[in-house]
Amino acid sequence: MAMIATLEETQSRLRARYGAVVASLEGVSTSYGEVRALRNVNFAAYAGQVVALLGPNGAGKTTAVKLLLGLMQPDSGKARVFGSDPINPQNRMRTGAMLQVGRVPETLRVREHIDLFSSYYPKPLPLDEVLAAAGLEKLRDRKFGDLSGGQRQRTLFALSICGDPDLLFLDEPTVGLDVEARRALWEEIRRLVERGKTVLLTTHYLEEADALADRIAVINQGEIIAEGTPVEIKAQTSGKLIRCVTSLSVESLLQIPGVNSAQQDREAVVIRTGEAESVLRALLARDSTLAGLEITGAGLEEAFLALTQDNGQNKNRQN
Amino acid sequence: MSTAAAVLSNTQIERSTSHTATIYLKEAKYQFLKNLRLRVYTASVISFPLMFYVLFGLVLNAKETIGGMGVPTYLIATYGTFGVMGASLFGTASGLAADRGLGWLQVKRASPMPPFAYFTAKVVLSMIFSAIVVLLLLVLGIAFGGVRLPLMEMAKLLGTLVAGSLPFSAMGLAIGYFAGPNSAPAAINLIYLPLSFCSGLWVPYMFLPKAVRQIALALPPYHLSQLALGVVGAGRHEPATAHWEVLLAFTLICLGVARIGFQRDKGKLYG
Repeated sequence: MAMIATLEETQSRLRARYGAVVASLEGVSTSYGEVRALRNVNFAAYAGQVVALLGPNGAGKTTAVKLLLGLMQPDSGKARVFGSDPINPQNRMRTGAMLQVGRVPETLRVREHIDLFSSYYPKPLPLDEVLAAAGLEKLRDRKFGDLSGGQRQRTLFALSICGDPDLLFLDEPTVGLDVEARRALWEEIRRLVERGKTVLLTTHYLEEADALADRIAVINQGEIIAEGTPVEIKAQTSGKLIRCVTSLSVESLLQIPGVNSAQQDREAVVIRTGEAESVLRALLARDSTLAGLEITGAGLEEAFLALTQDNGQNKNRQN
Repeated sequence: MSTAAAVLSNTQIERSTSHTATIYLKEAKYQFLKNLRLRVYTASVISFPLMFYVLFGLVLNAKETIGGMGVPTYLIATYGTFGVMGASLFGTASGLAADRGLGWLQVKRASPMPPFAYFTAKVVLSMIFSAIVVLLLLVLGIAFGGVRLPLMEMAKLLGTLVAGSLPFSAMGLAIGYFAGPNSAPAAINLIYLPLSFCSGLWVPYMFLPKAVRQIALALPPYHLSQLALGVVGAGRHEPATAHWEVLLAFTLICLGVARIGFQRDKGKLYG
């Protein structure tokens, strides 16, 4: 019960801080047969903000998006969009989605695809505006099958925004884009948010989440393991990596104050810590044979890895 | 809180009838364009019936008669049925199986597209291509096979065969819901070709082996071809209502199966 109270407190605190909840997963669990895809996930997108679901492949990001689009039903808990069930047709008219697709009809031209999707919405954007936003002006008459991977991604992005939706889901939008196209898409997403749109983005690039999101939820193995502003997330994961060959066991290393995690890595161990100097002193004092010492700063990607790996390790320890 | 109020105010967006009609039209238009440009589709669906007709109806047996009816006229009805079946099965099943299996249908379902528009477009497409095949057969027959039919009879033949596209579109939807994206064309051929043979679409019914003739009576294409033959005054002169009833029952069964597939897909992850 205490847990639930805390949860509700957190939710109301967030609401006070961010405004209206536009889309949310409330205590959602779901599975594919034996495989648990999401475990008790609580997560919300707030009006006029970009929220990023950050996690490795297979973490449950796409499942979360599909639940919010009403393409799947959760086993327990509920998905809410604009305060009601995602399958509500009214909600779909205010929602756009860019999903990962295996095959799109290849014989239709870019402008034809956009024309068709625009027709579904009550107040679509003009074709030229959509083409410009997705950087497709020169490709408007190109058949989808003749596009490169990045151009295909941009066309799918165009389809997601052509209806001028209030809420936009982007599932791994920049996969397959080159650096330039990725930056251009980021710019477009920022422009949408300036116009008051809400964006839910999934990505496995911390850099992308950091560049775009007002809030980041880190998801791994179907659970949200961290949530906060990019600054908060980075602070949680900052620190140093100490790699060394030591006779000390992993268990005893974890006893040293300041050690966040310790992992065997071939002949050496890798220690993650926020207080490198004091940990180092303790290490040297306890093990005179310590060798092969390396200390590196944990970069953004490493910080992200730290979060997701620690989670896995904690669970193993529980088991 | 003013933005919050604006965001959550659920102003009901009602779609006008004309807007809905526009969506259905566009869906059908682009479905048509998509398949028209798909050479695999047009080649197999239009060329095969025409090739067979030219070979067996115009080159080899043009002067023969079947039950007092000139072969070129008789074969328009049977290859017409064959063509309608192909246009309808390939027009619905292979596209649906691919869209379902490879994620495109999810993108459409996530959009505000009225779900029915998607299926209607596939059926309309099948009917248009069915009409094209039948018209081309008529043109060939008139130009090179000495086929002479009153205009009303030709119109009735066309109407019957195009209406006959519906049972096979329904069948295609059922197949499309249960076949994989890559196996669908093979699955269609596995059903389509034996069914055509056993229904007397290639070899006229009376020349089929006795056992096959028994089987034919249970097959939908047999009933459509008999309806088409009836229009031009050939065939076995069984009552038309009986044929229509069989086709209607078959359509309903197929739609039922497709519906089971539709429900099964809901809430299931694919792609």
